[in-house]
Amino acid sequence: MSKHTQSKPESQSLMHDQRKRRIVADVATYVLLGVLAVVWLFPIVWIFLESFNKNPAPYQNTFFPTQFSFDNYTGLFTQRNVLDFPRMFMNTFIIAIFVCLISVFFVLSVAYVMSRMRFRGRRAFMNFVLIIGMFPGIMSVVAIYFILKAMGLTSDGMTTLALILVYSAGTGAGFYVMKGYMDTIPTSLDEAAMLDGCTRWQVFTKIIIPISRPMIVYQAIVGFLTPWLDFVMAKVIARTQDNYTASLGLWLMLDKEYINNWFGRFAAASVIISIPIAILFIVMQRFYQESMAGSVKG
Amino acid sequence: MSTVTLSQREMKRRRKLGADYVAPSPYTLKNALEKGDLFTKLSIVVFGLGNFVHKQYLKGLIFLASEVLFIIFMATAGVKNLSLLPSLGGREASSGWVDGKYVHIAGDNSVIILLYGVCTVVLCIAFVLWWSLVIRSAYKAQVLGGGKDRRAPSFMDDIHTLLDAKANQLLLFLPLAGILIFTVLPLIFMISMAFTSYDHNHLVIFKWVGLENFKAVFSNSGSIVSGRLFLSVLLWTLVWAFFATFLNFFCGLFLAMVINRKTTYGKNVWRAIFSMSIAVPQFVSLLVMHQMLQPSGAINRLLMNWGWIDQALPFFTNATWARVTVIIINLWVGIPYTIMQVTGILQNIPAELYEAAKIDGANWWQTFTKITMPYIFFVLTPYLITTFTGNVNNFNVIYLLTRGDPGVVGESAGKTDLLITWLYKLTVDRSDYNLGAVIGIMTFIVLAVVSLITYRNSGSYKNEEGFR
Repeated sequence: MSKHTQSKPESQSLMHDQRKRRIVADVATYVLLGVLAVVWLFPIVWIFLESFNKNPAPYQNTFFPTQFSFDNYTGLFTQRNVLDFPRMFMNTFIIAIFVCLISVFFVLSVAYVMSRMRFRGRRAFMNFVLIIGMFPGIMSVVAIYFILKAMGLTSDGMTTLALILVYSAGTGAGFYVMKGYMDTIPTSLDEAAMLDGCTRWQVFTKIIIPISRPMIVYQAIVGFLTPWLDFVMAKVIARTQDNYTASLGLWLMLDKEYINNWFGRFAAASVIISIPIAILFIVMQRFYQESMAGSVKG
Repeated sequence: MSTVTLSQREMKRRRKLGADYVAPSPYTLKNALEKGDLFTKLSIVVFGLGNFVHKQYLKGLIFLASEVLFIIFMATAGVKNLSLLPSLGGREASSGWVDGKYVHIAGDNSVIILLYGVCTVVLCIAFVLWWSLVIRSAYKAQVLGGGKDRRAPSFMDDIHTLLDAKANQLLLFLPLAGILIFTVLPLIFMISMAFTSYDHNHLVIFKWVGLENFKAVFSNSGSIVSGRLFLSVLLWTLVWAFFATFLNFFCGLFLAMVINRKTTYGKNVWRAIFSMSIAVPQFVSLLVMHQMLQPSGAINRLLMNWGWIDQALPFFTNATWARVTVIIINLWVGIPYTIMQVTGILQNIPAELYEAAKIDGANWWQTFTKITMPYIFFVLTPYLITTFTGNVNNFNVIYLLTRGDPGVVGESAGKTDLLITWLYKLTVDRSDYNLGAVIGIMTFIVLAVVSLITYRNSGSYKNEEGFR
């Protein structure tokens, strides 16, 4: 009895305390997230506003532009004789689509085999890929150029194909995250399916791929982004401006020769490049979360 | 089935691999050579003969065609490629009067000779492996198609096996071919350059020089490269990779968990905001940052207008400032990726684990250290290692932000240069391919030592089925 009366006020104060603590934590959370959100959006907002700046020079007196116009955008698409940006954009877009498809297929195949099948040389392969991944990629850029040249893929029309090959060929080595994910899918699913007469291939396409959708989304994003982000490989392989990818074009716009006239258009081009990626990303983000909710919990 | 006595080596394998152990195939090269009949043994010379005899016509035809093609290749080009490899050619281009005409005689190009030589060697190794496969296939056809009413598997049977029990071969073929041609072959090619004199003085004809280039990198007398420079670049590379990997990981994990709290509203909005920086190509955002942080760039102007500073902050001109700046900017680039990765995994942790912990009276911290962290590390250890290696090789962030500056006059590497950007400068800007290749090999050794140790000690390598 006495015990009961004693513990009551204590638990009440604890309750009170807990609620207080939660409110403090909530406020701290929102302040932190708010500040960080500003930091994260700051450069993006700046370049967005800069793209509408009437004055296209790089270094100006005010932080945000004072006069706005669409000149940068129209200039980018109409003045195609100096830098043909629309063409660069299309080049990159085509490459990105192919790389995205091929890399998803490669990564899924390798990850499935490594996660689900046991065969001789499996460990050796995994160690081998790990070791290969430790060589710096830049090291082989020059070598890859010579190899492509020997294959006749560096002539004018073939550059797009060459870039697709270069970006997607090695993607199978990036299977580790996908395999880690597949390792958390219960093997009882596979076993049940195989008892029902599924082949390994059917298990792969009908069970593992649907469950792995969240990671496929991630992989697709990574694959699609590769050509937009890379410029070292593109710079070595695409020698003429007709074959340039968008990133090379942007790089060129900030060159000493061009920057004074092209900075405004650089900003505009940055915005335009970000749009397909952003749209794709938002679509995939939604898909990512939906599939998370539906997937089997480890 | 007769009992098979295992060799000592086999027993050792079995013990070491445990559940991973896969019994060896009975169709080994040794068995084929010892127990094969006449046709199997003739398959050593005439590919596919054994398969023909046992009615595997299509397979036999493929094998035979491969042999013919290889012989034609070796006869027309292969032997010549191999014979030039030791000398790398030495004929210089010349021109002169021949039969009353002035002609230009093309000289040797050592790069081409080296490339073709390396390709031929790789092709020969591949052919030897293929040869062993052909013999084993012939032996298998002999064993399976041996009896009166036994029949060796038809081509359709083989295809069916490729979809089922041997799906690994089908699924791995293309990815592996891609890796071999566009990753391994260039690597062998580049590594071999480290032992030649292929620099800006010898662009057309060069020689094998053994370990000369390694000596140049480690001695303290070199003009372009020296041991002291190498050590300072290496140290900064490791410091950078450590901070870039672990700061990103823990900050990202923290943010993901903050967003994932039960009482945080607008989870999707917050995630979307942080994802914005992924949506903007890294290339663009880095170039923009580069512009903003210039001495007369937007940030310095803003701070000066507010009256906080009198002089421009030396973001990229002072060595320490530049180093801290790139690490911080890398947080901006990398944290959204970590959030994206960790969120998926956080949501995938079995809810039973948390419920059980709650019943047992575990508090927040205990749940975090005993369930969340082990689970995340289990899934993400390979990711962390790849991120670390990725950061050692992080060309974009450094090159686009600072280009290795601030530099020191007369040295080939600046203060923020990583091994990888140094390598780029040496090969692309200076055409010192041999020195670049040496730096590349050294980078590899550093990475190999660091990551093999961590990886082999990680849970997801030792215990793949841990969370099943």
